[in-house]
This record gives sequence, C-alpha cells and structure tokens, in this order.
Amino acid sequence: MTTKTSSSSSSSRTVGVNRRGFLQTSAVASGGLMLGVSFSGVGDALAAGTVHTPNAWVHIADDNTITLISARSEMGQGVYTSMPMLIAEELNVDIKQIKVAMAPPNGKIYGNALLGGPQLTGGSTSVRDGWDKLRVAGAQVRMMLVSAAALKWNIPEDKLRAENGMVLGPKGKKATYGQLAAEAARLPVPQTPTLKDPKDFRIVGKPTKRLDTPAKVNGTAEFGIDVKLPGMVYAALEQCPVIGGKVKSFDATKAKGMPGVINVVEIPDGVAVVADTWWHAQKARETIKVEWDEGAGAALTEKTMMAGIKAAAVSEAAKPLALPKVGDADAAIKAATKVIKAEYTLPLLSHSPLEPMNFTAHYHDNRVELIGPTQWQDAAAGTVAKVCGVPVENVSLRTTFLGGGFGRRIDIDFIIQAAQISKAVGKPVKLVWTREDDMTHDFYRPQSVHHLAAAIGDDGKPTAMSFRLTSQSVTGRVFGLPAPVQDPLMTEAAMAAYEIPATRHDILKHDAGLRVGYWRSVSHALNAFANETFIDELAVAAGKDPYAYRMSLLSTKPRFANVLKQAADKAGWGTPAPAGRFRGIALMEGYDTYMAMVAEISYNKGEVKVHKVTTVADLGRMVNPDTVEAQIQSSVVFGLTAALWGEITLDKGRVQQTNFHQYRLLRMNESPEFVTVLVPSTEKPGGIGEPATALIGPAVGNALFAATGKRLRTMPFTEQNIASA
Amino acid sequence: MTTRIQINGKTMNVKAEPDTPLLWVIRDEVGLTGTKFGCGMALCGACTVHLDGQPVRSCSTPLSAAAGKNVTTIESLSPNNSHPLQKAWIAHDVPQCGYCQSGQLMSAAALLKGNKNPSDADIDAAMSGNICRCGTYPRIKAAIKTAAAEMRKA
Repeated sequence: MTTKTSSSSSSSRTVGVNRRGFLQTSAVASGGLMLGVSFSGVGDALAAGTVHTPNAWVHIADDNTITLISARSEMGQGVYTSMPMLIAEELNVDIKQIKVAMAPPNGKIYGNALLGGPQLTGGSTSVRDGWDKLRVAGAQVRMMLVSAAALKWNIPEDKLRAENGMVLGPKGKKATYGQLAAEAARLPVPQTPTLKDPKDFRIVGKPTKRLDTPAKVNGTAEFGIDVKLPGMVYAALEQCPVIGGKVKSFDATKAKGMPGVINVVEIPDGVAVVADTWWHAQKARETIKVEWDEGAGAALTEKTMMAGIKAAAVSEAAKPLALPKVGDADAAIKAATKVIKAEYTLPLLSHSPLEPMNFTAHYHDNRVELIGPTQWQDAAAGTVAKVCGVPVENVSLRTTFLGGGFGRRIDIDFIIQAAQISKAVGKPVKLVWTREDDMTHDFYRPQSVHHLAAAIGDDGKPTAMSFRLTSQSVTGRVFGLPAPVQDPLMTEAAMAAYEIPATRHDILKHDAGLRVGYWRSVSHALNAFANETFIDELAVAAGKDPYAYRMSLLSTKPRFANVLKQAADKAGWGTPAPAGRFRGIALMEGYDTYMAMVAEISYNKGEVKVHKVTTVADLGRMVNPDTVEAQIQSSVVFGLTAALWGEITLDKGRVQQTNFHQYRLLRMNESPEFVTVLVPSTEKPGGIGEPATALIGPAVGNALFAATGKRLRTMPFTEQNIASA
Repeated sequence: MTTRIQINGKTMNVKAEPDTPLLWVIRDEVGLTGTKFGCGMALCGACTVHLDGQPVRSCSTPLSAAAGKNVTTIESLSPNNSHPLQKAWIAHDVPQCGYCQSGQLMSAAALLKGNKNPSDADIDAAMSGNICRCGTYPRIKAAIKTAAAEMRKA
C-alpha cells in the first residue's frame, strides 16, 4: 500500500474538482485505507486477506482477482457497470473479468464533487463526476503496476506495457496484475497519470452488457429486503398517519401476546413491533392502538397548500430570488400592446420505488452495522452515529442493490429507524415498510405554481418574457440551505433556450407545510412543463407551427437546434400522423444533456393513449450507450406515469393514496413505442438518468392541445382536468 | 401445526400459520428471497410464483391455499441462467433496478408454457399485471419474443 501522503487538510470538497485536487485527496485516501477505512464485506475478493489496494478504487488479489469500487448506488441506472468501465478503460482490464464492490461510507474518498462533496447518488451526476476521476484512478494503478514490473525485472518502464490484466515486456516477459500487485501497492501514487486519447477507448463508449444482469434474472441479486444476519429479527413500524406527528401514548397489550412477538418499542417516529418473522411483526402492529399528537400538519389538504402557494406567488411581500436578467423584461411587458400570460400548476407526487423502504441495522458494543439500499452513504452513517451515540468510525454501512431510488433513498429516515429499533432491542433488526407506509410517508415532489408572461412583437415572436416559479425548497430541508440563498435545484430548466431580447426569471420559495423530497429530474420536471407549454401557446397565438416557431428562436443555439430538428424529422413532423393521432413537441437542456422529444398520442373517451415517443439526445460522450437508451425509455415511462395519473392528495393531513390502485403506475399495455436517437458527440458527458422524465409531460400536453384544442396547464392529464381546461 | 407444501420440487413442512401469505413463507421461513414484496395487494406482480403451474400473486395467496401443491419460484427457473427466458433477458439486458424482474420472468414463463408464439396482444395480456417502475417494458417484450423463438426451435 502506498505510504505517500499529503496534507490531511484536503477536504472532501476538493475531490475531483480538478485533477491536482483529486490526486492529493487520493494520496490521503490511500493512507486512510491503511488507517482504518473498513473494507470488510465489500466483496468476495477482499475477504481472502491477500488483497492489495494501490488506491481506493482498485483492489487486486494475489490470485489476480480484480475488484473495482463503485462509489455510486446501483438503482437501475447502470452505475454498477459504467463506473467500473471508466476505471477498467485506463487500467487495461477486460470488463468481463472484474468484480464490483460498493464503496463503504467515506465522503473524503468517495464524495460527489458535482454535489459539493457528499457521497450521494443523484442529480444524474455519476458519470459526469466520475469521468476524469475514475479514469485517473485506473491510470494511476496501471502505471504503478508497470513500475512494479520495471523494478522487479530491472527493465526500463518504456519497454513495458500493460494490457488485458498483464504487464508485458521484451522477450515474452509477462506477469499478471495479481503477481505485481503487492509491489505496486508499495509505490507512490503517480501524480501525473497519462490518460488515453478517447479515440483509443476500447471499453468506454461501447455498448456493454450490464454486470448485474445475471444476478437479476435468477433471484440471487441482493436487495435490502433480502438481507439476513445471524440472529436477525424483523420489525414493522406504526407511524403517525399525519407526517411529523408523535406518539402520545400507546397500548400494545394485545400485540405483545401475539405469535412470534419479541418486543414492542417506541422510537421517535412511532411504535415498532419486533418479531421472529416480518409477517408476525406486521400482524401484531395492526393491533396496536396509538394516540397521536398529530402536530402542525393535522389540517393540511393539497388544496389549501396550493392556495397558499398561489397567494405567496402574488404577495406584495414576496422576496423572490432572481436569476440573471437580460434587459428590462417587466417594463417591456408592461408597455407592450400584445401580452400573453399563463399560470401553470403541478401536484404532489410520490416516488414509489417498487422495493418498499427497508434497512437492516445491528447495534452492539458501541458499534452499528448498517446494510441496505441507500443513495446517501455518508449521511446515513454520520446521522446514525449521532442518533445512536457512537463514534462515526464505529458505523459500518454496506450498500445492497436498490429496488429503485428516484430520489426517495436520498432520505434516510428508515435507516435511522432501523438503527434505533436495533438499539432498543439489542439484536440485528430488519425493518420493512409496507407499500402503504411507503406511499403515505414519502418525501413528496413539491407542488409548484408558475407565472409566465411574454410581450409579443409584430412578427409573433416574444420580445420579452418573465417567469416565476413558486414552490418549496427541498434543498432547504435536506442540506439546510438558508432561505435567502438561491436553490440551484429549483432553477433547473427555468431559463429556456429561446432567444428573447429581454428576460426576467425568479424563484420564490414557499413552505407549504408538507415535507418534500428530490423526485427524478427535480425542478426540470416543474420548469420544463411551464416553459415548453408556454412556448407552444406562443406559437399557437402567432399562428405558427410549434416546431418551426421554436426553431426560429434558436439561430444561435446549434445543439438545441440540432436535436430539435432531428426529433422532428425522425417523428415525421409536418407529415400527416396516422388517423386519430396527434403530435406534440418539447425541448430542454438538463444535466448538460440536450434533448428533444415528440409524443404521438390519441385521445378517446377521456383517456390519453401515448403511442410513440421519439427522443433525440445529445449528451456528449457516453460510457455505455446501451444503458443510455434504457435510461431514456425508463425516464419517459416514469414521467408519463406522472403526466397521465400522478397526484398525491391529503385530507386532514393524511395522504389519501395508499397503494397502486390509487396511485396508478404505467403498465406494459400502456407503454409506448420508443424511437431513440443518440447524437454522436465529443462534448463533455451529460447526465441521462433524468432529463426525459421532464420532457414527456409537455410533449404529451402539447399533443393533447393538437388533439383537443384544450390547453392543459396542470398535470395530471386526467379526464376531469382535460374537461376543465 | 405444520403445512406440507412442495417448493421447487422439494417437499417441506412449514410452520407458519395457515393464513400467512405464501410470499412471507417463501421468503422468511424457506429463505428463498428471489420472490419480492411490492404491494401486498396483488397489484404489482413482484411476488409472482407458480402454483401447480399457474401464475399467482403470492402476497395475496394464503399458505393454506398452497397446502399439498407445487410452488415454483424464480430460483427454479434454472440454476445457471440457461432457461430461454433468462438467456433472452441477458441478451436484451432487460433489468434496470431488477426488483420486479423475478415476477416478470415468472409471468413470462407461465405465458410461454402455453403459447410458444405470443402476439404483442398476448404478451400485453399476460404481462400487464406486472409493474416495472423502471419502465423496462420494451425490452421485456423483445426478450419474450426472443425466448419464444428459441423455444419454438427446441
């Protein structure tokens, strides 16, 4: 292992910010590995005790087993494959020959620089954050292996090359990485690794089979809900039906006498039944009588919340946070003879990943072991340490596969609960929520109100535009962002691509009283709906074709114009649609990805049917194009579900939707045909796990206008909302 | 009291109460965790297993209904991913998060048992009880067709 260290004052914020910062941190990290970052249990290869860690990302055993670390959680988006691909590209190993292990919690090494340092999977950042960092990590180790061979054979390094897991020298000299790993790990980490020219990539950019597929087709893939520890017991948790409510008193007399029940314990979030099986715990839970202090949310309804947001949006006292202005849009709109204004609103949504929230915790001997599905490892470990009163270095965390994340597993409420229950009963505990728990105790996608206005010139084009989003800041809750500070996760896609001489955009934060969370594509899904519906309205008002109108405002925006044109061409825009079908178009940049979409729909008896979705994406360089295509399809299905049916409502503070019969999810017979075009590009990589989620809503809404002449300024596109449009 | 069932060809006496959902018997008592819990109300299909060859939602099937019957789970599809459906799932790289895929595969296996050449409508009808929150539907459909073609050749 390397002994070279630099100042330990390098903070996690330097990780990956630039190459030099990364190298410093990496050196610290390697030292840190020796000093006690626990890797126990991260992979089979590591248990053998013959594993060398030249740096924190590459583990090589004497038997040549190579384990690459993924510091991002696999929740379907493919990082279990794409993260190792980036390392393997520079390490020169066959991607099929490596093992993958999930990183333990350590934000200093594994933090996400694009998000400011936390070890968090989200924001479509994994490839963008890892693109340089992981290739550097692979190149460092490749160089160390070559140096080790040079020393061992006494041959100059420039006579050696690393290829396919071997270092090769003159006259057939060769050694596997495993044979060189012990030597290599003792060498200093190279400060200036040479990275490949992308034209020489053999792995990155090539469609590659996912490494997790085999385990996911035979039941062996381990999700959080599948974890089993020796002596483990199961917990079911009764929480207040009003989120945020607390236990006043409870009667568990009956529950305690029920089969298999081991204990009933109160924790801050509710009353937990612990039993020998989960079903026993759940059955007993249903008999517990709890008197709740329902707290501040006891009277909430989604209607009063929305009324509050609308009132705040137009209040004289409003203190909106401005985005960069161009000209004086408000004055221009005031003076204009033709002005178009629109208000858009969006509802609360649930994440509903298919695996309900769960986690396994074992509190013992001033330590906590955590195992399960999370998107935010260091927050989970750090918070559990604080809550359980143990030093953070005594908290281990192993990340399983996630049965969906979509932002829900950025929150760690269920992890804290599992640890608290384990501490209370002194046993390893697996806490499993029901679907009803999951749907009624989510951190919901916030409601939003958008006020847009445009002054229209004689040519029908906008001469000025104003935009205000009023919604709740998730970042305020999750990261403690102060109210007077702009929330960058509310401004996404707020400033659209179109060339408008004067613009004013602002964001108004308003706490509507219910806890809210990051939901796939976050504020893109809010702002793109408003912007892409509004531009369609302007086109119609100008008597122009919605595609041509957009194009006329993109003369200096080649990446936007290119994806828009390709999408229109591919979808047959301008040619007659099949009988009874109508098209809508939408355009957005998000996560450095430029995307255009055309939805082809029909509308019959109140039901919207989406037949075909054509997507063109320019996301710069790609790691695994096969996964990129899958993520676009996935994002469309996710966003379409919300556009057609998604809405969480509350009565007396209680979420009214409890299961999939009341919160409808798209099924196979409702899934559209997909046409997807990926634009070849050498631009820096963009994110792809989310943007299409934000585009499908306005694309379908605009198609619905073409079909019905009704302009949908709210989602979901239910029969009732269409009728009242 | 115990209940006698056959799971993947093996006879077992399980001790769970007869009204326990088959899902939790399979997962927690027998220890086969490939079958998943998604909704508990037969709405999502993640828990699909075969009962005497017929696909059922094990979350809503009491153990008593399985007494004396054959239960087949994802673990029995093949030990080495050699079932045509598993091969097709790998060829098309179907799974994303993967949580629903055991149920998807068991529903698809039931379909292909009776229909080696399913139309799109047949596939929709057989598979629309299985929710995939990641939206892998186009690849599931393509993989079922690939598997069916292989089974027709066999």
